[in-house]
Amino acid sequence: MRSATPWSDVLNRLVEATGETLYMVGVATLIATLFGIPVGVWLQLTSPGGLRPQANLHRVLSFVTDLGRSMPFIVLLVALMSVTRLVVGASIGTSAVIVPLSVGAIPFVGRLVQNILSEVHVSVVEAAVTTGASTVRIVRSVLIRESLPALINAIGVTVIALIGYSAMAGVIGGGGLGDLAIREGYQRFNARLLWSTVAWLAVLTTVIQFGFTRAARASDRRRHASV
Amino acid sequence: MITVENLTKSFQGIPVLNGVSLDVQSGSVLGVVGPSGAGKSTLARCVALLERPDSGAIRVDGTDLTALGGTALRNARRQIGVVPQGDSLLRQRTAAGNIALPLESAGVPGPQRRSRVGELLDLVGLTDKAGSYPDQLSGGQRQRIAVARALAAGPSVLLADEPTSALDPETTGSVLTVLDRARAELGVTVLVVTHDMAVVRKICDDVAVLEEGRVVENGKLLDLIGDSNSRTASALLPAVDLNPVNESNFDRVADVVLVGFAAVGALLPEASHRFGVEVNLLGGGLTRLAETPVARFRLGITGERADSALEWISEAGGVVRRTLKGPQGVAA
Repeated sequence: MRSATPWSDVLNRLVEATGETLYMVGVATLIATLFGIPVGVWLQLTSPGGLRPQANLHRVLSFVTDLGRSMPFIVLLVALMSVTRLVVGASIGTSAVIVPLSVGAIPFVGRLVQNILSEVHVSVVEAAVTTGASTVRIVRSVLIRESLPALINAIGVTVIALIGYSAMAGVIGGGGLGDLAIREGYQRFNARLLWSTVAWLAVLTTVIQFGFTRAARASDRRRHASV
Repeated sequence: MITVENLTKSFQGIPVLNGVSLDVQSGSVLGVVGPSGAGKSTLARCVALLERPDSGAIRVDGTDLTALGGTALRNARRQIGVVPQGDSLLRQRTAAGNIALPLESAGVPGPQRRSRVGELLDLVGLTDKAGSYPDQLSGGQRQRIAVARALAAGPSVLLADEPTSALDPETTGSVLTVLDRARAELGVTVLVVTHDMAVVRKICDDVAVLEEGRVVENGKLLDLIGDSNSRTASALLPAVDLNPVNESNFDRVADVVLVGFAAVGALLPEASHRFGVEVNLLGGGLTRLAETPVARFRLGITGERADSALEWISEAGGVVRRTLKGPQGVAA
């Protein structure tokens, strides 16, 4: 019977794993946002009732997006190993996890973004059309700007979803908080480490959610005190 | 200024517009009215170039805009300012920011843009709300900002689709004042599509009545008012038959429409005096079309020369619409 891991060790492990998680999730979110927003915009523009309705293209885009979302992350992790090697030069390790994480998140973000953009009222979009605004300007100044608070929230949702996905990173040696809890905590019967990690994950998630909620609210010009 | 020629449009084989033609004179206000489902909105959307008609043309200064696409269409849109139906302001932009949108699209540089936005805020009387967001404005204020936005790029035509549909009568007045001012101060030609006769009453020079996708009545408001078959007239004139009348008490009973200050003020007393008849007001009343007083009265006339009196009233500019008792069409 081993004695419990000293708190200082627990802390060290948590700090290290947190760094790995934030690195993986942060970079993956960035990439997913960068690619996911255009995907969402494209989905919305081509949708029936969108600014550039193209039924067939929309159907294909929709299908590919949903195909991407239907893939369990653990499968994606393994399936993409050769692609990962090509991109980051290794198929295991923390950086290697970023590839499947991003690929998995792009369709997720894309669909979220499309749903959000579709909420911008049609009369608002048409009003912009009648001013002679180009499609690019309407996307930027109307669709995206009008839904900015919701988009910021969606990125928050993505970050938290990716923290969940990243727990499987251990499979390809990615490390991070989830991996710490499973391999070091659960599989080695280290209750103190396991529960510390779980508690820390809860705190981290709450803090991240709080931050995004605040940012979304700060960007929102609606519902200000009325005259 | 703006001409709509033989516009047709159908949706899924169901015709909505069946050859609509309209002509709005430069600097005047045309009201398009009609019951729900008459095709008003479709007409408005076609004129706003949001919907492509199946056939027909929409000409502004002679150019057909329906055939355009791409950049030419975008540029053409700047000739027609649109106040869309419903809430159409960007909620994440200030009032000033909303008005600036068409100027940004037109590539107007910053300083010029700001001064133009200032002028427009002044025109709609909301200078103090420049920095307010739509959610901080009342419905009427939002609609006035929408009018300012529609005018920003300096269009020659302003199209307003049900600009007062969500407003109470008092607020409606403030929006109509702004539309009227746009015409008066900027010389904009205004086409307003509405089901609200108050709009017609207050700002329209001309009226077109749309029914089942056709124009069934079209003309100058003050001309239509005197037309006994006009739907516009019956909708706008005061009701005359609210009280039952015992016709046997009078020699003649007739409905008379009077247009203009002089007619409303002096015609009836003068007739009474000239022909020695007693003129009784049995019903009806006085209203105003823009600045012009208009009256419709049901008259009960007693006296030997009652017919002559009615004839004289009609010759002097009154319109005797219906003689309930006595020879029909005495002065029609």
